[in-house]
Amino acid sequence: MTETTPVQPHEATEQTRSLHQTFSRVWANWPGLGSLAAVNHTTLGLRFMITGLIFFLIGGVLAMLARTQLALPEQNILTADVYNQVFTMHGTIMMFLFAIPVLEGLAIYLIPKMIGARDLVFPRITALGYYCYLFGGIIILSSLFLGVAPDSGWFMYTPLSSAEFSPGPGSDFWLLGITFVEISAMAAGIELTVSILRTRAPGMTLRRMPIFCWYILAMALMIVFGFPPLILASILLELERATGMPFFDPGGGGDPLLWQHLFWLFGHPEVYIIFLPAAGIVSTLIPVFSGRPLVGYRWVVLSIIVTGFISFGLWVHHMFTVGIPQLAQAFFSVASMLVAVPTAIQVFAWLATLWTGRVRFTLPMLWIFGFLVIFVCGGLTGVMLALVPFNWQVHDTHFVVAHMHYVLVGGMFFPLIAGLYYWLPHVTGRLPSERLGKWGFWLTFIGFNATFLLMHLTGLLGMPRRVYTYEAGLGWDWLNLLSSVGGFIMAAGVAMIVLDLLLHARLGRRAPANPWQADTLEWATATPPAPYNFASQPTVTSRHPLWDQSDVAQQMAAGEGHLGEVQQDQRDTLGTDAITARVAERCHLPGNTWLPMLSAAALAVVCIGLLIRIYPLALAGCLVAAVFLLRWSWLNGGHPLAAPLTDAELAGKDDDQSPPLESRTLDGPGRWGMIITLLANGTLYASLLFGWFYLWTASPQWSAPADSPLATLPLLATAILVTVLTLLYRDRVRHLQGGEDRHLAAALGSLTVLGAIATGAVLWVMVSAPLAATEQAHDAVLMVMLIYLFWHCGLATVLTGLQALRVRLGYVSAHLPYETRVLQPFWVYTCGVFWLSLAAFIGLPMAWGGG
Amino acid sequence: MTRLAAMISLGILMLLGGCAGWFDGPLSTLQPAGPAAHSAALLWWGMFLFATLVLIAVTALWIIALRRDPGEVSDADAQRQQNRWIWGGGLALPLGSITVLLAFGIPMGHSMLPLPAEDRVEIEVTGYQWGWRVEYPEQGIELQNEVVIPSETAVDIILRSEDVIHSFWVPRLAGKTDLIPGHTNTLRLVADEPGTYHGVCAEFCGVGHAHMQFTAEALSPDDYATWLSEQAAQQDEGETDD
Repeated sequence: MTETTPVQPHEATEQTRSLHQTFSRVWANWPGLGSLAAVNHTTLGLRFMITGLIFFLIGGVLAMLARTQLALPEQNILTADVYNQVFTMHGTIMMFLFAIPVLEGLAIYLIPKMIGARDLVFPRITALGYYCYLFGGIIILSSLFLGVAPDSGWFMYTPLSSAEFSPGPGSDFWLLGITFVEISAMAAGIELTVSILRTRAPGMTLRRMPIFCWYILAMALMIVFGFPPLILASILLELERATGMPFFDPGGGGDPLLWQHLFWLFGHPEVYIIFLPAAGIVSTLIPVFSGRPLVGYRWVVLSIIVTGFISFGLWVHHMFTVGIPQLAQAFFSVASMLVAVPTAIQVFAWLATLWTGRVRFTLPMLWIFGFLVIFVCGGLTGVMLALVPFNWQVHDTHFVVAHMHYVLVGGMFFPLIAGLYYWLPHVTGRLPSERLGKWGFWLTFIGFNATFLLMHLTGLLGMPRRVYTYEAGLGWDWLNLLSSVGGFIMAAGVAMIVLDLLLHARLGRRAPANPWQADTLEWATATPPAPYNFASQPTVTSRHPLWDQSDVAQQMAAGEGHLGEVQQDQRDTLGTDAITARVAERCHLPGNTWLPMLSAAALAVVCIGLLIRIYPLALAGCLVAAVFLLRWSWLNGGHPLAAPLTDAELAGKDDDQSPPLESRTLDGPGRWGMIITLLANGTLYASLLFGWFYLWTASPQWSAPADSPLATLPLLATAILVTVLTLLYRDRVRHLQGGEDRHLAAALGSLTVLGAIATGAVLWVMVSAPLAATEQAHDAVLMVMLIYLFWHCGLATVLTGLQALRVRLGYVSAHLPYETRVLQPFWVYTCGVFWLSLAAFIGLPMAWGGG
Repeated sequence: MTRLAAMISLGILMLLGGCAGWFDGPLSTLQPAGPAAHSAALLWWGMFLFATLVLIAVTALWIIALRRDPGEVSDADAQRQQNRWIWGGGLALPLGSITVLLAFGIPMGHSMLPLPAEDRVEIEVTGYQWGWRVEYPEQGIELQNEVVIPSETAVDIILRSEDVIHSFWVPRLAGKTDLIPGHTNTLRLVADEPGTYHGVCAEFCGVGHAHMQFTAEALSPDDYATWLSEQAAQQDEGETDD
């Protein structure tokens, strides 16, 4: 990229210049290779998006390969085996390595700026997420070049993907690689949720939040609840492949349908995880180009929330042909159609906004228009597919391929490109070429429709999905040929866009500040933006600050607002109340660090170790990753490298620091992060319970022993011990809140010992139980649940031990009670899963009896 | 606007009438030859026409909205517009359409189920990588990649899988149903008249998926009875020969 002097939203004076220099010094990435240690959201958001676009191009090449093979009947350009790898990887790359990461990247880039913050609240997590995505993506992609890519479809239906029918490493690449990449989705989901809820600029109440943030909040929460079922399913299937635990094998009491339930329990929300941010782009751009606020803001917010909820209740519409009871089919059919209502509300809210505004028809608006036509078409075929008797005909045909591309390309790619053209001047400070952009649009639009509009008919004429070739004379020949031609036209359109992107960085005109006269705060930064976004944080009094609050951009740039100077050479941003956005604390944000990259690299070693089945290597990777991650957690709060107690604080003089630092409070974003993480974790656990319950009631050859093979009494004793521990821990934290920290280290130390005893007891129960985990699905599930309990008990114990140590070193004390408060929900959670598991161990056999 | 829509839909109808042959094919769901496939095709044409109208109307409204000069719009005006569009387009339109759709769709779906029927014929089909084993348990007949059924008769295909998931689909007769290891599913097939109908595996099942085809041969009930007895006799001969 060329060096572009940023356009500032203010007249630079000597004073502001030196202010910005100070901020730059504290916030800058390290130069050269050191920039790999960056944690800044602007940098990482861009890295996410650029990496995602590269994966998109690779996925696109695979699509062109598939279209070439299908252009004419009975071709042998690709063999069946290669074709299967190609379509599996096309779907996998587009879904997991392009769509989700690019939208996460966009959110990571924009959200702090839109809410008037300086960075996301957990910058190191952003970096960890990026590296997990990058390394995981490379691992998955490497399978393609090694010629052993997964070939069971991006949905990985078992038993086709099982060890018996896919003996090569292909499925393992998918299961392990995708799970690794999902760390980044979970990280982004948790971090964006907490950032949006807890670090909005003062005064930005929920009612004043830009509509885009609502969409991203919904997306982030849907990731938190939507991804765990797939993560669990991937773990179970990998366990089945590697060790023979028969979760999905009817021969051992498992059921292949369990995979489908877990996969689509993720897979359907996933569609909305992709669509909602894209719809957020539409809802952001339309008001700007109409020159008036979004009509029906509250209706749209309501639609977003309703979409989020309904999307978790539709997964079975992917499974109408598997033999589900009629009543259930009717329920899921109605639910699937109902999701059209919130979508229609948004479409008509956008229409009403355009109707009442004077529209500037710019390049981004052209893409929005393309989005509308294609997406409405995809939505309509979606309603058709929700109708069960019609679904039985066209399910798994090219009709569905067409529908799905209408929804995903129309609903995600078109708004994304609209957003790209809209925010490009923000990123680079330059404007793209209008002419190339229009060519890009029309080629993409025409090519897309030529490919996929006809494909509906191909499907109706009976062409199944995922066939590598077809016979001549079935009426599909000309349709396929035209689809292939259309595909290449679309590819040319994408090439135009890429060319425009590359050229504009050199040749583009300089964009003025806020070139589209937008209303949201991201346009109050310099363009390109400084790493700290704003020299001060504003007080927001309107939903459209740049329209209604004159001079707010200048004031922010001049440092006239909150946190308008650098304190103790630290990066910081304000923490505010989740609803009212009143100032609550000052969040100290970590600076550049290698730990995220090193941790991700160690996790990549774990992934590779499992992949090539050299388990000592995986174990070593785990240990190294644990060291890095614990070191990471060590550099927090009162640690000398973080925000140690000042002399004034040590002297007991209540510092007049207002607002207080997060580590001096009882409830900051970190604690929110812990709670949101536990919600995700709880979803994983609930999915496991669901799986067990499902197998128990619906698996065709389920068998369970009449008596539980587990030693119930020792397990009950352990649960009681963990409960006592949790209560004692809570008691200690309560004392600490009251300013009482005598004998704290000793108390935490003894809790650690008790925790170790409980952990050991779980291990003993697990080892001593006569579990035939590789023969019976029942025993395999029990084993996984025990491992889950062991892991949680162990982790809680280790973290408590570290707290004891930190008390000794003075990083945790009556002045710094925060960390104990962060850890507390983890103990409560562990205690909860102990009792739930125990209830399941005892209750399920009583309710349904042995098989 | 409505006149334009009417003209376009008329045009589509004429197009459909003029080139009905385009939609024919050995695997075409649009050349139905059984009651279930007839229902599905009817649903398709109805939904297609309605969806086309909606798409054209929404697109036209957007184009108008993009071009029109709204003049001064007061907040009260905007509120009125909001109510009009959101209640009309966002709520009434989808809810009304869904209600109509379900009113037709649910009874149609119900009629496709393998409900009790007189003179019902049961045939067992087992899928494997990559082929179909067809068994007539009462007569002890076994076929490969070919199902022989009586026409104008309710035939229940009992579906099982030997290895991975497959899906049994004769597009001109009825929808598809999956064959899932460990599970038994039933699909109701009815052919209006004798003929040869093509079938394919619709669920991806590995490298042989594209070639996992079969035929459903519908014979008149009398011919079917004759065929059954001939086959049974042949099978018996075969067995006594062994």
